[in-house]
Amino acid sequence: MSERFDVEQYRVTEEPFYQAQDDEIEAFETAYRARMPVMVKGPTGCGKSRFVEYMAWKLDRPLITVACNEDMTAADLVGRFLLDADGTRWVDGPLTQAARSGAICYLDEVVEARQDTTVVIHPLTDHRRNLPLDKKGELVEAHPDFQLVISYNPGYQSLMKDLKQSTKQRFAGFDFDYPDARTETEILVGETGLAPETAAKLVQIAATARNLKGHGLSEGISTRLLAYAATLIGEGMAPARACHMAMVVPLTDDADIRDTLDHAIDTVFG
Amino acid sequence: MHSESSRAAYRERFKCGFEQAREIFDPCLNAALEQLDTPEAIDDFLQGASLLCMMGQGVEPVMVYLEEAPATAAVTSENMLEELANYGYRLATNTNAGAVVPFLQSMLGIARRLESEDGMRAFLDLGLEVMRETTPSIHGHHAIHPSPVLDAFFETAPRVLAQLTLSGLANWARFGVRAHAGDPDAQRAYFCLESVDSRTVLQRERHGTLLADNERRLGCYLRALWGEDRPLVPYPTLDPDTTQSPYFDDHGLRLPDVFDDRNGVPGIDRYRGLLAHMMGHLEWSGTIVADNYSPMQRLAMAVFEDARVEYLAMARYPGLRRLYRALHPRVAEDACDPGRQSCVNHRLMMLSFALLEPRDHGYADPAIIEFSRRFHERMAQGGTQTADMVELGVAFMARSRRPSDAFAEVWFPSKTVAFRDDNRHLWRFIEEGDEEELFDREAGPADTEAPEPDPALPPRLYPEWDAGARLYRPDWVSVFDSLHPAGRAEHVDRLLEKHQGLVRQIEQVVDLLKPQNRERVRYQEEGAELDLDVAIRSMIDQRCGAEPDPRINMSHRHAERDISVSLLVDLSASIAERPEGAGQSILELSQEAVSLLAQAVEALGDPLSIAGFDSNTRHEVRYRHIKGFDEHWGPEVKARVAAMEAGMSTRMGAALRHAGHFLSHRDSDKRLLLVLTDGEPHDVDVHDPQRLIADAREAVRELAAGGIVTWCINLDLHADDYVSDIFGHQYTIVDRVQRLPEALPRLFMQLTG
Repeated sequence: MSERFDVEQYRVTEEPFYQAQDDEIEAFETAYRARMPVMVKGPTGCGKSRFVEYMAWKLDRPLITVACNEDMTAADLVGRFLLDADGTRWVDGPLTQAARSGAICYLDEVVEARQDTTVVIHPLTDHRRNLPLDKKGELVEAHPDFQLVISYNPGYQSLMKDLKQSTKQRFAGFDFDYPDARTETEILVGETGLAPETAAKLVQIAATARNLKGHGLSEGISTRLLAYAATLIGEGMAPARACHMAMVVPLTDDADIRDTLDHAIDTVFG
Repeated sequence: MHSESSRAAYRERFKCGFEQAREIFDPCLNAALEQLDTPEAIDDFLQGASLLCMMGQGVEPVMVYLEEAPATAAVTSENMLEELANYGYRLATNTNAGAVVPFLQSMLGIARRLESEDGMRAFLDLGLEVMRETTPSIHGHHAIHPSPVLDAFFETAPRVLAQLTLSGLANWARFGVRAHAGDPDAQRAYFCLESVDSRTVLQRERHGTLLADNERRLGCYLRALWGEDRPLVPYPTLDPDTTQSPYFDDHGLRLPDVFDDRNGVPGIDRYRGLLAHMMGHLEWSGTIVADNYSPMQRLAMAVFEDARVEYLAMARYPGLRRLYRALHPRVAEDACDPGRQSCVNHRLMMLSFALLEPRDHGYADPAIIEFSRRFHERMAQGGTQTADMVELGVAFMARSRRPSDAFAEVWFPSKTVAFRDDNRHLWRFIEEGDEEELFDREAGPADTEAPEPDPALPPRLYPEWDAGARLYRPDWVSVFDSLHPAGRAEHVDRLLEKHQGLVRQIEQVVDLLKPQNRERVRYQEEGAELDLDVAIRSMIDQRCGAEPDPRINMSHRHAERDISVSLLVDLSASIAERPEGAGQSILELSQEAVSLLAQAVEALGDPLSIAGFDSNTRHEVRYRHIKGFDEHWGPEVKARVAAMEAGMSTRMGAALRHAGHFLSHRDSDKRLLLVLTDGEPHDVDVHDPQRLIADAREAVRELAAGGIVTWCINLDLHADDYVSDIFGHQYTIVDRVQRLPEALPRLFMQLTG
């Protein structure tokens, strides 16, 4: 049961590579001191999750991550009764575990969850800092170190996928975007050990794809895909092949855009 | 060589009574002896000439043959000599004597394009096919009138072959034969390249990379690599290397409408190279006051400035170097003779190449070498301006000037640098000179007179499937959009009142169909939550020693509808009819059905659009919007439904494509196009009803490929004959028209429930 739950497994033991884009590290620390709930917005693969992981390491808190999806129910977050030989047994969900143990609970891509699911976090995110388990008849008081972090991508926000205002207005926010060319080059070099000149070319190709956002691409090439390409090149693959594989094929099936990106790769690598 | 006696023998064998022909025989024979290798070929030549002489069509055919046949045989095959003459004879005996001379006059031009015996034979076969198809005949034979187009076909063929392959020519010709069958004047205009259709089809069949086909791709290129978003405007070219240069102005980038592949560079990359050059100018070029410099100095500055923007562009995108290197013409150093020609252009062309290829241009001219070096030193320092190139240009002209530069005979390159624009943006004229700019000025006022704004939207053009030719007729049908005029909304309300019982019935069904936002699914072995009732029962069973039910969990399911629907209503003349036994016209029944459907769909919350269509020849297909996807079923829409009225014909394919165009932009899981019609497709300018049926079938197939389901509701009792041809299994025939108002909403719910 909850006694048997080992929160230590969620501790981030090694420093994750994170290249600050601005003063976001200090800002997060300030928010954490107040135990303020935090939301991180930004396009896919720009480093949101990495940032949260890094902050958990820096603050030395365990990090419990929940990847949200459409079929997720409130019970998936809070916990549920299961059956065993003697009858029913309550099992805490990840949110409850984090609240009890003082971890950082990170709800990744929270808009994927349905709005009616998301409301269970409300009591944890205001002055109450508690979590009522109505099925069990228990009120969990949040551990003093507990913090809630959510992330989402405003880019593909359709009418169906948005947070309620009442949820949104419980968080302090960080706006993430793809880093500027210099920072992104440093990230690729730091993350994969690629030569800076090649890294700069990858970033240049990414810039071309990001120009196409909204004109056939719903998202530009993410820093994550750049890192994939850099890794493949580091493993000895020809740069153009690696770029095609990591940065074109996954991105789109639109023939014209593929063609344009392939051309950009050719022309940048010469 | 050939003795006078053998010549006399040849003259002997040339049997011809025309004095004119005998006069030119000797020079033609000399040319033939030079171009033809074997005695058999000379024999064929003489026999061929004699045949044409005896044909009874005057002296002209034989004169043309004597002059052109040997050269034609030289580029194709000597076997053609006899064949060409026989072919001419055959044309003459098939009532098409008028086409003989055009044929013989064109044969050399055609042969030069095709350059092979097989190609020539294929062309001759095509000529016969055109003759057969266009020569009027009675009961399949006894042709008495000549083909109205055959002479024009032969005259135009060399010009068309300059742009098309032989199979392209065949497609072009077959299209003309079929599309204008029975209309000799239109057919003739087509084969003379005078009609719009003719030029459109020609454009479609062209070899090379058409700008029109790649606009989006090049738009992506501009946006992605250069962050620019300017319209691309094609200008017509017959040969992109010799006509107008590309340029850009405030209205867009003017590019040739087609680029052939060249030196291993595909046409699309030639466009990209050109766009990169233009974008380089936009990003890095300033303007130069033209008045301060001589025309020659300006030429040199432009060369340096072009090289500068290319240098900078290649620094950003190194791949451009390969492209420019392959495309830049390379002139030989001795191509121009300074003793008698002005070599300015030649020098600048060498300079331009040397600036692009500083190391291996291979030119020995010291000025070229020096300035290539100076240019690259200056570029390597970085931070260059257009002014630096002005300096280099002036210095280069001073260094390399020659007295011969003023000669009247000027050397021009055979090929221009096709990836460069004409640099008109570079020059600023302070004083009005006698420059060509004046043309622009004179043209100015005329341009500024804006045409009267046309209240209607321009038509959207759609292709039409020609089942006979098995090809699409490009841009064949014009569809005009308009908002349906409005009538009185109360009329529709009254209709709905009349059907109150039915309305209520539909409402009940709708309620059942309506997505319940959360639906509980019980009795699951694995689920989100424990279903306590079932779990307790199961535990009791277990304690009692009975087999427990393992399905003790429950989960939730979200039921949602994500479907966009378009209803396309046939508003042709026939719907005004009142079918036997019905108290109302089809139009009135359609109005009721549409109203009931709209009401039901509104309650369901699915986006629905309604439009009516009718047509009056391919030039006017009217598509009237009655309800948009985002409009509610309110008084405005009801008013439009009330005003629905019968129009003219039913050109269904174009209307389907147009409705599909709107539906394809809907971001829904499912897209449904309902077509309400009372008869088969027809239009006054199409005599073969099968053609429009085939076109509609093609349109349905296209829509299906785009993920749109088409369903036909047909009120024609005899529809079985054709409706399945068009819609496959996806149709409903409403036998009793009176039941339409009930049938339509019911069908919709069946389809989407």
